[in-house]
Amino acid sequence: MMNHLPVLQVIIPLLAAPLCVIVRNGQIAGVIAVASSWVSLWMAWKIFQLVQVAGTISYNLGGWMAPIGIEYRIDTLAAFVLILVTLVGAVVTPYAITSVKKEIDESKEALFYAAFLLCLSGLLGIVVTGDIFNVFVFLEISSLSAYALIALGKDRRALIAAYQYLIMGSVGATFIVIGIGMLYVMTGSLNMADLAILLPQLPSNRIIPVAFAFLTIGVCLKLALFPLHVWLPNAYAYAPSAVTAFIASTATKVAIYMLLRICFTIFGPDFSFVKMQLGAILLPLSVIAIFSMSLVAIFQTNVKRMLAYSSLAQIGYIVLGISLFTNTGLTAGILHLFNHAVIKGSLFMALGCVMYRLNSVDLESMRGLGRKMPLTMGAFLVGGFSLIGVPFTAGFISKWYLIQGALEKGLWPVALLVLMTSLMAVVYIWRVVESVYFSEFNGSDADEITEAPLGLLLPTWVLAILCLYFGVNGTFTALAASSAAANLMGAGS
Amino acid sequence: MNAMGLLNYWFVIVLMMIGFYVLIAQGNLVKKIVGLNIFQTSVFVFYISMGKITGATAPILDSDWSVYSNPLPHVLILTAIVVGVATSALGLSLTVRIHEAYGSVEEDEINEMDE
Repeated sequence: MMNHLPVLQVIIPLLAAPLCVIVRNGQIAGVIAVASSWVSLWMAWKIFQLVQVAGTISYNLGGWMAPIGIEYRIDTLAAFVLILVTLVGAVVTPYAITSVKKEIDESKEALFYAAFLLCLSGLLGIVVTGDIFNVFVFLEISSLSAYALIALGKDRRALIAAYQYLIMGSVGATFIVIGIGMLYVMTGSLNMADLAILLPQLPSNRIIPVAFAFLTIGVCLKLALFPLHVWLPNAYAYAPSAVTAFIASTATKVAIYMLLRICFTIFGPDFSFVKMQLGAILLPLSVIAIFSMSLVAIFQTNVKRMLAYSSLAQIGYIVLGISLFTNTGLTAGILHLFNHAVIKGSLFMALGCVMYRLNSVDLESMRGLGRKMPLTMGAFLVGGFSLIGVPFTAGFISKWYLIQGALEKGLWPVALLVLMTSLMAVVYIWRVVESVYFSEFNGSDADEITEAPLGLLLPTWVLAILCLYFGVNGTFTALAASSAAANLMGAGS
Repeated sequence: MNAMGLLNYWFVIVLMMIGFYVLIAQGNLVKKIVGLNIFQTSVFVFYISMGKITGATAPILDSDWSVYSNPLPHVLILTAIVVGVATSALGLSLTVRIHEAYGSVEEDEINEMDE
């Protein structure tokens, strides 16, 4: 059983999804979803421990040896991202049980859980697999279910957002297939570890750089790096609360994981960053993303949309760390990948609580909510402080590493920009705080608005407390991130 | 390596550009899906072409033949075709829902309604 953990990680949610469809009952489907996501978390934790002790795990599907057969390969980075995805999944599913009842038709509840579990298994599949075509298949499983999940939003604009995401996401995925095809033509292999050996042996040619370009652009579309981000704000703003919390904290993060895999594991750091100068492209793009998206976030009135723009800025931070191409920078990127997922998860879940009571997350309608829903807004405050990077919160640690990484490279304007944009985060979080705590409640149904139910509060606070925990005791995350970074940097040399 | 020998790949590029252009330039949501389909089809042709070996036969063991086409890209693209079908189905069903909600499938009209 223990030997098969890598494949069970994908199979259990994948099988639980049709089970949800068969039972057709929202409540039972919810229980199935919670159970399978918790089992996934437990397995991810086991795998993480195993990787710490035994190093990279390799699992041959059906006993066929790689590179002929499909290989699942889990190294430190993969194990770390597995924990992140399953953790968010395990927290969001119990949250969904209460939240979905309010936001989605009863007849569609079971289908919601099915799509949710498919999305989860797709994301986990991308992380565990060592076969590049498998990445595409799992990517499409997770994306198609994500489009469906977003379209379940109550606002009709959710449909347009899902459609837009579908078009752009499919273009991105198709770009990835083209890149994979070119790699296969040149090497005759689809196994990542095998490709890493075969690619440097090829004589210099034009096809490999073109394949590299197709793959990186495709992945950048998925991770919503600055000029390719237009699908994201609407998709996050109009999706059901549970979906936003889940997708915002996992889908883009897994796309960043794919970027790391492609640049470091397959092509090798020498090719990606020295020969192709990827850092020189990613650095300005991420700087623009951080600055412009923080600025746009300040002027949003829909708080969910504001956080979506802030997500784009945070993705900029992560990519900035990667583009520095140093051990510290990469550690900062991976660390922020984890921390930001926890932070945004808690923020979006707190907003889901607001949505549950108010049916709106407009800044105007949230006035004076601090007294009506103190626990919800408390969680929001913790997440908000963490987003800004206040000391003793998770956000502080990753920004600390990021500034260190930038200074190590002598890029002090970039370090300054990180500080300045943190101040911009203060501005947009402060707008919410001001409206929530320092103004009077002006709704007509003042008595009906009470604290959110426990089923929503508990998961929200789990993530909020994790924000604080990883800020005070950052050794677990920092160690995992730095060993993953060292692993990646050493991969090609 | 003459231009004719690469004819398939020229078609791939032409198809890809047509599809991509339709995808970007069309405001009609159904036509966008058609563009996406053409775009994806070009990739199918790309994969199928690269598995073909001149003078080779289908990969079924036979005593008269010694050279076979590479079946792997064909199998891969079978998967991609299935994914493409699923994508179109989802995209079209979203379009149906959009038409129910807005009464239109023209992008500019829909954007006006949400202003």
